[in-house]
Amino acid sequence: MNGVKPGDWLMVAAGLALTLWTAALQWGKPSPTVAQVRLDGRIVAELPLVGRHRIEIDGALAAQGGPTVIEVDAGRARIARDPGPRQYCVHQGWLNRAGSVAVCAPSHLTLQLVGPGSDQDTVAF
Amino acid sequence: MDATARQIEVRPSPRDRRLARYAAAAIAASLVEAAIPSPLPGVKPGLANIIILLVLSRHGWRDAAWVNALRVVAASLLAGQFLAPGFFLSACGALCSLAVLGALSTVPSRWLGPVGLSVAAAFAHMSGQLLLARLWLVPHDGLFNLAPVFFAAALLFGVVNGVVAARLLRDNGA
Repeated sequence: MNGVKPGDWLMVAAGLALTLWTAALQWGKPSPTVAQVRLDGRIVAELPLVGRHRIEIDGALAAQGGPTVIEVDAGRARIARDPGPRQYCVHQGWLNRAGSVAVCAPSHLTLQLVGPGSDQDTVAF
Repeated sequence: MDATARQIEVRPSPRDRRLARYAAAAIAASLVEAAIPSPLPGVKPGLANIIILLVLSRHGWRDAAWVNALRVVAASLLAGQFLAPGFFLSACGALCSLAVLGALSTVPSRWLGPVGLSVAAAFAHMSGQLLLARLWLVPHDGLFNLAPVFFAAALLFGVVNGVVAARLLRDNGA
């Protein structure tokens, strides 16, 4: 290409740097260590992401539909069961990134993975 | 009363005709790519930007801004997206890219050609869209997880559109 000017290379390099930087921020996140379970915004359980275990929590729909079941399996966690009508949080499957959230809105319940030094401590919708 | 017989006559100037021709080409480019399926909303080739770059190079920033504004409004009307969320994202992206093009068009063309302008405009467009989407449509930082994908698309299509615009300018006169 004869029409390429120095500034063009500069722009392409800057664009490439920005792309790689955002990608590095994305993949450089520390792995999560704790799963926080919130009911009506208050933390009701903190599960370390080691080993394999499950807990049952009574959400807002527990009287009609039974408890919400949360499973932890070495570094990841999921909502295994929820009485909510649309099952969005169950279908979300395993969470394995710090900051990721599963929201069971009908049960007033959220599951969030937290990493070391995570600065995010609330989720508002 | 001859008020009913009065006619309003609009005399388009040569500049009006020129802007309309370019705008028609840009609208066609926008509509063509609206028909291309995209894995992610917001990731598009931005073919209309080739036209914008041609207009910028041949007739200056004011004409490029006119053509882009006409394109955003008319293409969204034709696609049935006028005042839908996609229209505002598109308009915000177009404003940001025009602002960057305005700032960069003061750089002498021996330092900066269509490829650099195209890449800068593509990144400005993407960033503007992403910020508006974050502030308005998806108020969650999870949206920024997609930033690398959006920026990679901006880089790829920015370079391709810039090279196409550079060739058109070379072969058909600046």
